[in-house]
Amino acid sequence: MSSDNYLHIVTQDGVSNKKTRLGRLLMWGSVGLFVCTVVWQILQEYGVIDTQFSNWRPSLYAYFFWAICLCSAQVLLYGERGKRTLFILPAVLFVIAMVIFPLIFALGIAFSSWNLSSPDGRQFNGLDNLWEMWSDPFYWNALKNMVWYILAILPEYAIAFGLAVLLNAQIRARKFFRVAFLMPLMLSPVAVSWMIGKSMLEIRFGPISRLARFLGWDNPSFFGSGEMARGMIMVMDAWTFIPFMMIMILAGLQAIPRELHEAAQVDGAPPWKRFWEITFPLMLPVSITAILIRIIFKLKLADIIINVTSGGPGGATDSVTSFIYREYRDRSNVGYGTFLAIFYLVIIIFFMTALMKLAERWSKPRH
Amino acid sequence: MSKQIFFDSSVDRAFKPKRIIGRFAIYSVLIFWAFLCLFPIYWTVTTTFKAAPDVMKGNLIPWWDFRPKWLGLKSLGLSPNTIFVESTVREEFLKRFANSAITSVGASSIAVLLGSCAAYGLSRFKYRFGFMRNSDISFFFLSQLILPPVVLALPFLVLYKELALLDTRVGLIALYTLTVLPIVIWIMKDQFSSIPTELEEAALVDGLSIWGAFLTIILPIALPGMVASFIISLVLTWNEYFFAALLTSSHAKTLPVMVASQTGSQGISWWSMAALSLAAILPLIIIAVILERYIIKGMAAGAVK
Repeated sequence: MSSDNYLHIVTQDGVSNKKTRLGRLLMWGSVGLFVCTVVWQILQEYGVIDTQFSNWRPSLYAYFFWAICLCSAQVLLYGERGKRTLFILPAVLFVIAMVIFPLIFALGIAFSSWNLSSPDGRQFNGLDNLWEMWSDPFYWNALKNMVWYILAILPEYAIAFGLAVLLNAQIRARKFFRVAFLMPLMLSPVAVSWMIGKSMLEIRFGPISRLARFLGWDNPSFFGSGEMARGMIMVMDAWTFIPFMMIMILAGLQAIPRELHEAAQVDGAPPWKRFWEITFPLMLPVSITAILIRIIFKLKLADIIINVTSGGPGGATDSVTSFIYREYRDRSNVGYGTFLAIFYLVIIIFFMTALMKLAERWSKPRH
Repeated sequence: MSKQIFFDSSVDRAFKPKRIIGRFAIYSVLIFWAFLCLFPIYWTVTTTFKAAPDVMKGNLIPWWDFRPKWLGLKSLGLSPNTIFVESTVREEFLKRFANSAITSVGASSIAVLLGSCAAYGLSRFKYRFGFMRNSDISFFFLSQLILPPVVLALPFLVLYKELALLDTRVGLIALYTLTVLPIVIWIMKDQFSSIPTELEEAALVDGLSIWGAFLTIILPIALPGMVASFIISLVLTWNEYFFAALLTSSHAKTLPVMVASQTGSQGISWWSMAALSLAAILPLIIIAVILERYIIKGMAAGAVK
């Protein structure tokens, strides 16, 4: 056992019979309790038993109790090995409760017609949501917008790389610049949508509109046309997230040994060539990680859109998340909204898996 | 060749236009970008103290082209002459502020607690749960990062309604913990793998149990990583809007939701919006200035293997 681990230790797993029995009792007893509570509540839901539970809290408490019993049973049953399991067990149980269970639940909702404001409640409707989605131009439009938003990451990456190179150069007041550049990342997207989207880009009094008029644009309108509005959303999102990529790239730059540059300098390579032939290839793995994480964050883009344009004009700025948000907020359409979300998740999983496979191939050193 | 110490020979002191132009270009780009990053914050701070005519005239510099007034803070009931007076707006604002603080700190603490333990386990032991090996378990945790919030939002809405957790801080904390847990595990795994295993081995030989070694030897060394992951979690959860907007209504509403609800209403004055936005961003600005190096450390984790 011990040689299997990264940590080399020899321990005695001596577990007495009494402890084993107690552990088993604890484990199966709590499972029984949990199952009983859930069954009880399901029966109540269908009106078989009449009890006073007003909500499903008892099942939640039973789950907690089961989780605690399972953890202590691990130690009782497996001794030292159980103590090691105890490191990850709480996190695993938490994630299972918070993700796996709601996902199964979401699948159930996705294939039903459920409008929270209608009195009918939930009704299974098979694939109706799929057909509805198929002929919903706004959803496809939102997906198309997501492609644009994702593509906007490339210029973001270029800017972030440039800034990181500058910050890595021999400059004074580096700490000031680092803190200043980091600042946008700290700001809440909702506050940013007011600060920039609603006030600085305000057509009459906003400072950016003033600047635009000063530069000769008579009637600046930032959210009038679809392309312009989408561009503005991209700029605001880029503004908040460029620091993130910049810092990852900066960390990568600082890890490149100085000798490599010195050697190239001695060989007489000009700075531009040094960048393309040494820095950039060495930065490839870090760049790919940064871009992948950025894509993951970009796929969740919603806050700014909801608060600045709420999808308009004509759905030109809608992301999938903001579209589903409005689907729920305006129409309380839980069933259809969940189906759209699940469909989005499936696309994301395929997309990200393919991307990660590609990234793995790219970041391997060439022969 | 020995390293040059003095830079006063004629070659060094000669005027080098190329070098100076290069320096100038670097600094102008840096200053330009710093301006881009800081101007919106400056704009928000000054607008808090502007009266309507100042906003319309586009005055920017206090005391020079406009006289600061306490308008923004007054609208929140926080200006010097209203701070001791009963104020419903202030009550409301402080309640939202407290909600934000409690949910973000609570969620970040739980995430760091759960995440550190899990990351330590994954970096030190080999697990087998059925077909799940260590790499599978890591992937299981990290894959939560891909999950877009919309997928969970509506099921949670229904689920929380059944569990009577809708519009409660506890419900929000649980959900926020889930969203930051993968990030914490990522940062902490990186942190623990940089600590040599010989340390625990020595501690275990000296008679500590594995949890004793973890708590008394490893955690203090891993503290910078914990601080980093805590702050990054704090930033993400303090700014979270989507779940809060869907799952809270009156009791547990957080500050971003309050800001957003005010933006939508027509006719709201600029100074009060600016004051509200400022309140939403100020805590994190202070944290960023003081603890900048932890934030950078946390984000750089995983960038360099």
